[in-house]
Amino acid sequence: MACFRPILAATAGFLMAAAAVALPAAAQTPTRGGTMNIIISPEPPTLMLGINQTTPAAIVGGKIYESLLRYDFDLKPMPGLAKSWTVSPDGLTYTFQLQEGVKWHDGTPFTAEDVVFSAKTYLTAVHPRSRPIFQRAEEIIAPDPLTVVFKLKGPFAPFLMAWEPSTAPIVPRHIYEGTDFRTNPANAKPIGTGPFKLKEWVRGSHIHFVRNDDYWQKGKPYLDEIYYRVLPDASARVVAMETGQTHLSAFADIETFEVPRLKALPNLDLTTKGYEYLAQILWLDFNLRNKPFDDRRFRQAVYHAIDRNFLRDRIWFGLGKPATGPIHSSIPHHDANVPKYPFDPKKAEALLDEMGLKRGADGVRARVTMEQLPYGDVYVRAGEYIRQALGRVGIQVTLRSADVATWGDRVRNWDYDMTLQVLSQLGHPALGVSRLYVSSNIRKGVLFSNVNGYSNPRIDELFDKAATAVDLAQAQSMYSEIQRILVEDVPVAWLLELDFPTFIDKRFRNVVTSAIGVRDGFADVYMQR
Amino acid sequence: MERLEYIAQRLLKGVVVLLGIVVLNFLLIRLAPGDPAAVMAGEAGASDELFLQQLRQQFGLDRPLWEQLWAYISNILSFDFGFSYRQQRPVIDLLAERLPPTLLLTGTAFVLSLVTGVTLGVMAARRAGRWSDSAITVVALFFYATPLFWVGLMGVFLFSVTLGWLPAFGMGSVGVKLTGFERLVDAARHLVLPALTLTLFHMAVYARMTRASMLEVRDQDFVRTARAKGVAEGRILRRHVLRNAILPVVTIAGMKAGYLLGGSIVVETVFAWPGIGRLAYEAVLQRDYNVLLGVFLVTSAVVIAVNLATDIVYSLVDPRIELGA
Repeated sequence: MACFRPILAATAGFLMAAAAVALPAAAQTPTRGGTMNIIISPEPPTLMLGINQTTPAAIVGGKIYESLLRYDFDLKPMPGLAKSWTVSPDGLTYTFQLQEGVKWHDGTPFTAEDVVFSAKTYLTAVHPRSRPIFQRAEEIIAPDPLTVVFKLKGPFAPFLMAWEPSTAPIVPRHIYEGTDFRTNPANAKPIGTGPFKLKEWVRGSHIHFVRNDDYWQKGKPYLDEIYYRVLPDASARVVAMETGQTHLSAFADIETFEVPRLKALPNLDLTTKGYEYLAQILWLDFNLRNKPFDDRRFRQAVYHAIDRNFLRDRIWFGLGKPATGPIHSSIPHHDANVPKYPFDPKKAEALLDEMGLKRGADGVRARVTMEQLPYGDVYVRAGEYIRQALGRVGIQVTLRSADVATWGDRVRNWDYDMTLQVLSQLGHPALGVSRLYVSSNIRKGVLFSNVNGYSNPRIDELFDKAATAVDLAQAQSMYSEIQRILVEDVPVAWLLELDFPTFIDKRFRNVVTSAIGVRDGFADVYMQR
Repeated sequence: MERLEYIAQRLLKGVVVLLGIVVLNFLLIRLAPGDPAAVMAGEAGASDELFLQQLRQQFGLDRPLWEQLWAYISNILSFDFGFSYRQQRPVIDLLAERLPPTLLLTGTAFVLSLVTGVTLGVMAARRAGRWSDSAITVVALFFYATPLFWVGLMGVFLFSVTLGWLPAFGMGSVGVKLTGFERLVDAARHLVLPALTLTLFHMAVYARMTRASMLEVRDQDFVRTARAKGVAEGRILRRHVLRNAILPVVTIAGMKAGYLLGGSIVVETVFAWPGIGRLAYEAVLQRDYNVLLGVFLVTSAVVIAVNLATDIVYSLVDPRIELGA
């Protein structure tokens, strides 16, 4: 079959490159030593990535746990705990060769049995995101201590994209087998294979890591210690970065309006790299069960009424770019050849007139409510702009604010008209995108399912076939058709592909070297003396 | 004997009140939409029914309400405050960790605000009607009216960022090796700004109350008599005026002492102070029922104890007051 050879070739090429040398990002030789202070907010509830995958847990837990692979900025797989891998031509069998000399933090040797246990038993029991992925495996075996073989029930192209620490952390079998995974006391003292070991966690204050001297990459990590400082106040975080008391901030640590000022400081570097795996899109979700959102023209009118450039420039201060559709531009199978919805209030008004929603005496055509996304102030400001923009074309929006738990309750029980939403694409449309649009995932009471109720049998069929297609070109044509149909139907209005600012103290090198950025292990990070 | 009997009675009543508070809060917090399982599912970035079911089962949320309440009450009677759903740790450990920092912060602020407030109030009363009286009043009211977080941030901006004299956040320096004495100094330096912020806010009430109370007492007959007898002005102030004027201040101080545990959440957030106020606030957002109930229990117990202490102090300061009358 012509299909998998390109993958095999790329993989082989990578093996050779990776076998030679590990990612030298700087021309100078890294120096050993140093302590890095990093902001973390909010404080993670636990560091055991199997049972909690919030962003803070992933950022901090990523120093402790590793997965089989890593991904570069183009989302090409690189070695992690697996030093090489092969995929059978029919796409059903994945064989991973593991690194040698790997030890758990308690000294026990790491073997293929740990991987088998993690995928087959542990993750399918506790991890809602990776459960459906590993349930596709008919057989998971370890023919020898350094080899793991996955035999899938059917081809699943994104299988290689699932191996990052928060999606598929490899956990120690000798600690978890036969125990209650959720209440095992080891959850409070996590044991992983990663470059840093947890030394101390003073709740409310800081999390202290020290170098893992037995790390499988000899000579690494370079840093002696890492301190995660818990700083719940936005202004305190800005002060911490400005005064050099902390050396790294990421995600939403720094408010968008502070970014231009911090960018100009001489002691800090800014990068927007390191979010390619998550690839978050901000969109406006419509509850298709509620009038007038059941009429496509209304949704299209809303889309035309919003100026995405304004959102990008005035709310996000340039950190992002307008989204064209459901698949992020840095994710495989993105296709920009879809209908466009430029900012055009006149077109919006024409559509609303066509629908019969004329302006009343008070100028209002329709009254709707919008839930404010409770993840941060920037989303509140975006919501306020959207209310203004829709008000101009005669749609009166009432904003409802609530905390995360209440918002989650409303959305998953379909008690909303519109809400902003931000979700990760997780490296492949079949992992992070399809869940939002297939009718089989319409489940009341479950968040991150298909909450708006979009149901299109053609879309269901295409997503299913595309995920299991063995031929890449075939998969691409299916994803392209998916994107065209969805953008025409506008079940949601995709607004921005978000960029997040990572501020790094200039003295530290090799901080962002993969598609998961600051969530990675930091084995290569060093402090320039 | 009478006093001891009275105290015993009050303590018994206090236990009944505490139980009532537990039951009320147990039901009240479950009124809010969402539960800990839903919050954790939301954070997982993915969810399915099995996950929610597993979590609810683990947390005991699938049992009938009265069963959960009964289990909780029987546990606290043996001092088992339950498990934090979210952090997977015993609640009592969390409380033991976060209570001392808050007590240190608010205790310091309480003492300082009482002392400075009363002093300023006395000064203002002695200079009543003159410009220094107005100046004191204006300053005190300024800090009372200004939002706490702003005062805190201005303090950080001035003393930490601009002058570099004091640390901007935290309870102590992290990652540095310090000797016992150095550690004490370090802790004190970290305490200055947050305690000062709280002090500036609370002293206004004591200042105003003291001033008003003193002016009222000053004009009473027995003060005039003492003065006529030739008693020195200073002695009059201390033994006669202040001693009587302090009673309303004691009442207010007693009330405020009850807020010691919960009232510092803004300062704890601004200064990243690992206290119980912030713990409670985060527990509300995360619907961590057991932590919230644990915090309510402890704060209620403190309020009850402080109210009792206030009444006793009252009876000590004013011999006319009989306990339990």
